[in-house]
Amino acid sequence: MKLNLVNSKRQRTASTVNDALLEQALAEFRQSVHSWSEAAYNRPRGFRVALRRSWRLAVGWALGCVLAAGSVGGGIYEHHRRVEARLAAAAQAAKEKQLQAKETPKAADEDLMAAVDSDVSREVPAAMEPLAQLMDEGESK
Amino acid sequence: MAAGAQAKPMTAETAEEIAAQDFARVVEKHRPQIFRFLLSSTRDIDLAETLTQDCFLKAHRNWGYFRGESSAMTWLMRIAINLQKDHWRNRRMQFWRQTRTNSVDLDEASEWLPSGERSAEQQLLARERVKQVWKAVEKLSERQRTVFLLRYVEEQDLTEIAVATGLSEGTVKAHLSRALGKVRAGLGGER
Repeated sequence: MKLNLVNSKRQRTASTVNDALLEQALAEFRQSVHSWSEAAYNRPRGFRVALRRSWRLAVGWALGCVLAAGSVGGGIYEHHRRVEARLAAAAQAAKEKQLQAKETPKAADEDLMAAVDSDVSREVPAAMEPLAQLMDEGESK
Repeated sequence: MAAGAQAKPMTAETAEEIAAQDFARVVEKHRPQIFRFLLSSTRDIDLAETLTQDCFLKAHRNWGYFRGESSAMTWLMRIAINLQKDHWRNRRMQFWRQTRTNSVDLDEASEWLPSGERSAEQQLLARERVKQVWKAVEKLSERQRTVFLLRYVEEQDLTEIAVATGLSEGTVKAHLSRALGKVRAGLGGER
């Protein structure tokens, strides 16, 4: 019981000290803000701030313009590149088609000649067969 | 002659002139206080000046609508609080910008203390306490900070704070109590 009383008395004292400290700190804080504000309010105003702000603004605008120009330029370049690639592909395809078209009649002529040769060699009339054999024998002798 | 002059009806131009004079008096009287509140809220001299200008510009535009239900100071403070809120909201949206670009650091803000008749040691201790309070104030929520600064820097009463912030007195009390608790804890952490 006695111990509780002593403890609560100690707590009350600590709280009072804390309150006093808090009040003092708040008063000092108020004084500090007041004197800072007064000094800042009455300070000579120059162009430094405006210049710094305008400089920042200019840099911001310049960066923004560079970014915008870069993205637009990039887009245009990419589009141009794609169009060129498409045109090149189309030209290549046309060239290949032309080559193919050139090669096709030559191959057809060769095929035709081969077909004629085989037809000529195969279709010997039956009546000429004994004569052909004789010619072969005479040549061998 | 004098009676004739008194009976002369007030023209619109005269009324405007009187209003302008009234407004000029209001600006002269309350500008330092609005600047101080904005400076303590932002810790940025340039920003506080800009917001103070904006506040009085807005007040001038709406001066005709001011009905005097609250004091001019409370009305101006309300405008200043809203401007400050708008500023931080816009700043958050502009995420690429560094917030608090020109804000003064805690050490510099704590430097300001009237010398009075204190010893160097006492001044040092006072500066340290002021720094602790700044640290605690920095950690407060926007609302708590506003209420705290209005109460303990501008020394406004709860009713005025409630009108200026648009909160109920109960809410103001609750915010103030929490803010004070945090400042107390901040000061306790010092030792």
